[in-house]
Amino acid sequence: MTAVADTAAGAGDLPASLAEIRDEFLALEVRDRLQLLLEFSNELPALPAEYEGHPDLLERVEECQSPVFIFVEVVDGVVAMHATAPREAPTTRGFASILAQGLTGLTAQQVLRDVPDDYPQTIGLVEAVSPLRVRGMTALLGRAKRQIAEKTAQAGTAGAPGASGA
Amino acid sequence: MVVEHDASPKFQEFAHPERLVSTDWLQEHLGTPGLVVVESDEDVLLYETGHIAGAVKIDWHLDLNDPVQRDYVDGEAFAALMSRSGVTRDSTIVVYGDKNNWWAAYALWVFSLFGHEDVRLLDGGRAAWEAEGREYTTQAPSPEPTDYPVVERDDTVIRAYKDDVLAHLGRPLIDVRSPEEYSGQRTTAPAYPEEGALRAGHIPSAQNVPWGKAAADDGRFRGRAELDAIYRDGAGLADGDSVVAYCRIGERSSHTWFVLHHLMGFEDVRNYDGSWTEWGSAVRVPIVQGTEPGAVPAR
Repeated sequence: MTAVADTAAGAGDLPASLAEIRDEFLALEVRDRLQLLLEFSNELPALPAEYEGHPDLLERVEECQSPVFIFVEVVDGVVAMHATAPREAPTTRGFASILAQGLTGLTAQQVLRDVPDDYPQTIGLVEAVSPLRVRGMTALLGRAKRQIAEKTAQAGTAGAPGASGA
Repeated sequence: MVVEHDASPKFQEFAHPERLVSTDWLQEHLGTPGLVVVESDEDVLLYETGHIAGAVKIDWHLDLNDPVQRDYVDGEAFAALMSRSGVTRDSTIVVYGDKNNWWAAYALWVFSLFGHEDVRLLDGGRAAWEAEGREYTTQAPSPEPTDYPVVERDDTVIRAYKDDVLAHLGRPLIDVRSPEEYSGQRTTAPAYPEEGALRAGHIPSAQNVPWGKAAADDGRFRGRAELDAIYRDGAGLADGDSVVAYCRIGERSSHTWFVLHHLMGFEDVRNYDGSWTEWGSAVRVPIVQGTEPGAVPAR
């Protein structure tokens, strides 16, 4: 990474937003985790209006079993993740919603440094939906991180000082 | 106790019309004693978003596959699954699901490995039920556990292993994957996750008939004449043929197995569930690339 100092507390720890989501899932019986995933699925926000007519801005995540498209913005070093997936693919919507809620508001540096690539395997969904399906979420996270890295590189510096965490 | 069959004229042209029910039939028969409705989907959450009233959920990953070995569950696990699903050995099971009944057909095939006698598909699956504006509920049933017997799985009749396929070479093979997978441009279905095959292409002499061709636009099975045109005229199958179907992990090909066996009446049809993820990584098995079936190598 660059020499930009990171002033956020707990550098290196899993960001609080994602830790909360993980703890929420792990507190539940395996069967009830599906219900929580469904809640996330229902909470996936619609795409911001400015992206609706711009499919070119969205990246298709080929590794997911259903069509899911993501777009990550980095504004002043702060991440916002958007995703869209069809109603008849609630699992994929749930995966995208967890990441959109967990990553949005973090600094780019936090995401790249503190969000492990295997986060999807640590939140108790492997037992609930199967390892193969969780791979789709891992791919979503991988692509989101890649977009963030690219956009951060374009912007020159990562994690603008003073950017607030979630 | 067998629940009456669906006498819809469309089904009577099939070899085993008793294997299909229509949406009308299912609506009328919901709640009939002896009938258990099973939903089996690709998406593990779809059932939770709403399902046919009284239907139980059976998931291919979590319920039908052995969690450790690459195999199906054994007789005891299957009996436990049937028991908690409220199924007795003589229940009439109707399976339905998403994606043209892709996973529903897979469940039906696995039930058949255990010799469950009366298991049928809802023609058109979820798509047909929804298109007609029929109701769903989010209320999961809590069936009374049953006393389902522990039955040994019989893998000798409708399941093929890799060695069976090697011995079968020279007789008809149907590769039901996408043209891109068949020719060797890729090892996964377009837009599907990489499930691991080291080499790309197809088994020599296999005809490529993507599984979805058997379904019409509304998700229902095509009629007999159209199926004949696809599999007899198109892929060269003839009466008396013994056929092996395969795909990537054996799910799409169980749909084709259903079509060839139950709808078209081919007696000897086996599903090679090891499929491309096994064949494409196996050492020294013959592979052909390109759009032509290719010749069976001399042995």
